[in-house]
Amino acid sequence: MTILLFTLALFVGALAAGLLGSLTGLGGGVVLIPLLTLVFKVDIHYAIGTSLVSVIATSSGAAAAYVREGITNIRLGMFLELATTIGAVCGAWLSSWLSTSFIAVLFGVILILSAAISFFKLADPVSTGQGSPLSRLLKLNSSYPTPEGEKSYIVKNVIGGFFMMNIAGVISGLLGIGSGALKVIAMDNVMRIPFKVSTTTSNFMIGVTAAASVGVYLSRGYIDPGLSMPVMLGVLLGAFMGSRILTTAKTSSLKILFAMVILVLAVEMMYNGLTHKI
Amino acid sequence: MSLPRKKITDTDLEKLIGQLLRYGVLLSSVIVVIGGMAYLWRHGREQPQFHVFKGEPEKMRKAGPLFRAILNGEGRPFIQLGLFVLIATPILRIVFSIFGYLLEKDYLYLAITLTVLAVILWNF
Repeated sequence: MTILLFTLALFVGALAAGLLGSLTGLGGGVVLIPLLTLVFKVDIHYAIGTSLVSVIATSSGAAAAYVREGITNIRLGMFLELATTIGAVCGAWLSSWLSTSFIAVLFGVILILSAAISFFKLADPVSTGQGSPLSRLLKLNSSYPTPEGEKSYIVKNVIGGFFMMNIAGVISGLLGIGSGALKVIAMDNVMRIPFKVSTTTSNFMIGVTAAASVGVYLSRGYIDPGLSMPVMLGVLLGAFMGSRILTTAKTSSLKILFAMVILVLAVEMMYNGLTHKI
Repeated sequence: MSLPRKKITDTDLEKLIGQLLRYGVLLSSVIVVIGGMAYLWRHGREQPQFHVFKGEPEKMRKAGPLFRAILNGEGRPFIQLGLFVLIATPILRIVFSIFGYLLEKDYLYLAITLTVLAVILWNF
């Protein structure tokens, strides 16, 4: 296979990953690394670097729209970025110490976890009360637009959420993914923020979190332009197309299908890691 | 842009951040596409070798050698420049917020965003 064909195939694969990830809300990044390592036989270090770059592209592209709609809680995002960036830097450093086989197995575990989490029932948001002194000091309690007008909400358990975000940051820096699923648990189930706010705020933070670890990957030479070019453009275009298609929420069967794909990829990653093929 | 006399509010900042993210991604995509065409034109018929990790040469990691390689008409460093623009976009968003919080006189968030910026830049 020539580079031209290889690049085209990567572009098409990344486009499909971005489209499915966006339609199902599971994110395209989680399938990129298995796609690159298992299907295209790319070294896992290159795969992680490539994925990190694509994650910045899609999250920034999507965040641009959400921020203007006023759904994103920017203060909450800024505050939690403290936790995610510090975590991401630790994760990126850790990745060069761990063996590639271990990373592959861990990746499989996180993949399964991400797919499972997306089917969990989320805790109801809290809309009454004053909020804790910390949430008031940080001005985290806010409101967001709904079809029935502005709806206010209270942010609970700020410290617990901060800690969870720290872990999400480590995973993001270690595996080169956005770890959106972990961020959503931290915000929905721990901090009790409305789903729409938590998903858009999580997305808002992903770019900055990835930028914190990308410096480490860049200086180690893990970011290859020949791989990043088709993957970044493909995922970006796929995600954009997905956001245009998705108007009604009739995607539950698609979500189950995508979760099954993720499950197969996860098992394959773990198997390859355990047999030291990765 | 007309210089506003009125106080900067959170909504103004949100609009600005939204625009910044959008144009940053757009600009980097354009650079990556142009670099990608040059790369495929020069190397399209060769065999890909991504299954073994070699690490990128210095011209893909440092600004000085990168620009020299771009002036030679190489495609890969040009793509890398696009990726640098992409990576700079969320970092620039933090810088914008720092100015925003300074104008809003929100010193707590000024300190938070400055710390986040320091954590990110420390690694480059």
